[in-house]
Amino acid sequence: MAIRERLSGNEAVAYAIKQINPDVMPAFPITPSTEIPQYVANYIANGEIDTEFIHVESEHSAMSAAIGACAAGARTVTATSSCGMALMWEELYVAASDRLPVVLALVNRALTGPININADHSDSMGARDAGWIQIYAESNQEVYDNFLQAYPIAEHKDVHLPVMICQDGFITSHGVENIMLVEDDKAKAFVGEYCPEHYLLNAKEPMAVGPYAVSNYYMETKRAQRQAMLNAKRVILDVAKKYEEMTGRKYGFFEEYRMEDAEYAVVIIGSAAGTCKAAVDHIRETTGKKVGLVKIRVFRPFPEEELAKVLKNLKAAAVLDRSEMFSATSGPLGAEVRAALYSAKAEIELVNYFYGLGGRDITVGDFEKIFDNLEEIAQTHEIRDMYAYIGLREGDCHGNSL
Amino acid sequence: MKDTVEIRWHGRGGQGAKTAALLLADVAFKTGKYVQGFPEYGPERMGAPITAYNRISKNPITVHSNIYEPDYVVVVDDGLLDCTDVTAGLKKGGAVIVNTQRSKSEIEAKLPNWNGKVITVNAREISEDALGKYFPNSPMLAAAVAISGVMAPEVFLKEMQASFEHKFAKKPEVVAGNMKALKMTLKAIA
Repeated sequence: MAIRERLSGNEAVAYAIKQINPDVMPAFPITPSTEIPQYVANYIANGEIDTEFIHVESEHSAMSAAIGACAAGARTVTATSSCGMALMWEELYVAASDRLPVVLALVNRALTGPININADHSDSMGARDAGWIQIYAESNQEVYDNFLQAYPIAEHKDVHLPVMICQDGFITSHGVENIMLVEDDKAKAFVGEYCPEHYLLNAKEPMAVGPYAVSNYYMETKRAQRQAMLNAKRVILDVAKKYEEMTGRKYGFFEEYRMEDAEYAVVIIGSAAGTCKAAVDHIRETTGKKVGLVKIRVFRPFPEEELAKVLKNLKAAAVLDRSEMFSATSGPLGAEVRAALYSAKAEIELVNYFYGLGGRDITVGDFEKIFDNLEEIAQTHEIRDMYAYIGLREGDCHGNSL
Repeated sequence: MKDTVEIRWHGRGGQGAKTAALLLADVAFKTGKYVQGFPEYGPERMGAPITAYNRISKNPITVHSNIYEPDYVVVVDDGLLDCTDVTAGLKKGGAVIVNTQRSKSEIEAKLPNWNGKVITVNAREISEDALGKYFPNSPMLAAAVAISGVMAPEVFLKEMQASFEHKFAKKPEVVAGNMKALKMTLKAIA
């Protein structure tokens, strides 16, 4: 029997780590991810797990130690947020190109400038080109489920890539919700033992990790990383299927919520998807309008074809980004979705809104207005504001409230 | 209780409003409900106004926004009435529960935008009597449960006994005092 519990998102991740009992955890505290290494340190101190905890002096060192441990052949985990991840920047690329299946529990928080501790996706979206698999969660349940699936994906022989399991800072990390936990023995069996094919401490197979690559080798290395990302798509779905067999909870690249007959949809990542679901339900119940939601779970690799297939016949869609990239056009998700639709030769009305930066709240009412906008756009084929900021005090850039 | 009850807590950093919200989530969870308990973090410092929230439902909860139209509001520090519009969005038919040593009419005068139910709880008196110290948490939790009706008082007391025994495993001497504070509050507002 699965275990009915109530946990915060950070507690849920720490519990998954306890069930997995990884070999090494180097970590440095930063809000709002601090609780994760704190809880794990408690488990270790209480003798419940025998993970080796490395107290490092910075996140740069945390990821460096993770790379060292993982290269040596140890199953490795770390956790961070925001500026902590920014300080890992250099090492993120090293972990990916060295093909090390490190798992990072990322609690999404805005990057500094101005300083802010609340949720947005600027930390992980900034790292989207680092070569890590990125999996996002709507709820505490999802971040727990994603975490148990992380190592089977990362360590798969056709993948060998690091994975970051992302959740929204405070909103899920510090919010307590109902959750169903997998029993210890089943969780352990699902994740399995880590048996790397090649590792630094194997005296029978001397090897170098991370050597200099001249121009004659570098590009092939990148192509191999690309192939690993392509392979990861199959593996992510295989692991999700196995997880569904164990728990009954279904996962894929994204969740389609009431999309069967939808004419209008919001495309979004993270905890706000749950708020959008309430708006979708309310609109359908009160007006009968065919609205739906696509919640992106896997952002890297990006499920381009699969997503385009779901969106291409809509009348209009709004892609919502919880981070800026200051291209002065799209946000990171908006750009990807637009590219996916272009590749699929789909010509739907598409807007790309920004929301939730630095923890700005987004409500059911905000989503209802967004669906109203979509309907208006589909009818008039006029887009007043392609890149609006939702919940901005001044309203949109024309001074109109959304 | 209706399908979903939403409660907003106003307190000051260090008073335990967040802890009270988490305890309420905890005890409602034990009675089979779907729950959310979450704080809203600003710049954290002792004494600064803070907000915490509860959703308690018979059905799974997906909404992840703050609560703008609560069914009930709990105010842990009556000084907040001078600087925060605590009844903003409070639903008609709802109630505001205020920890205060002042009279009910004095409190009502400080809530000009609210014509509905006002409940005052003297959590200081109860806490000092039951615990010998001022911890407004337990009395305000009991008041929130009694007024919102999210569970029967006897079920609440039974679950809280177990919760306190677990929470204070290393200082069992405070269990009885906290239970006494809960019971005194329930009696005071019955």
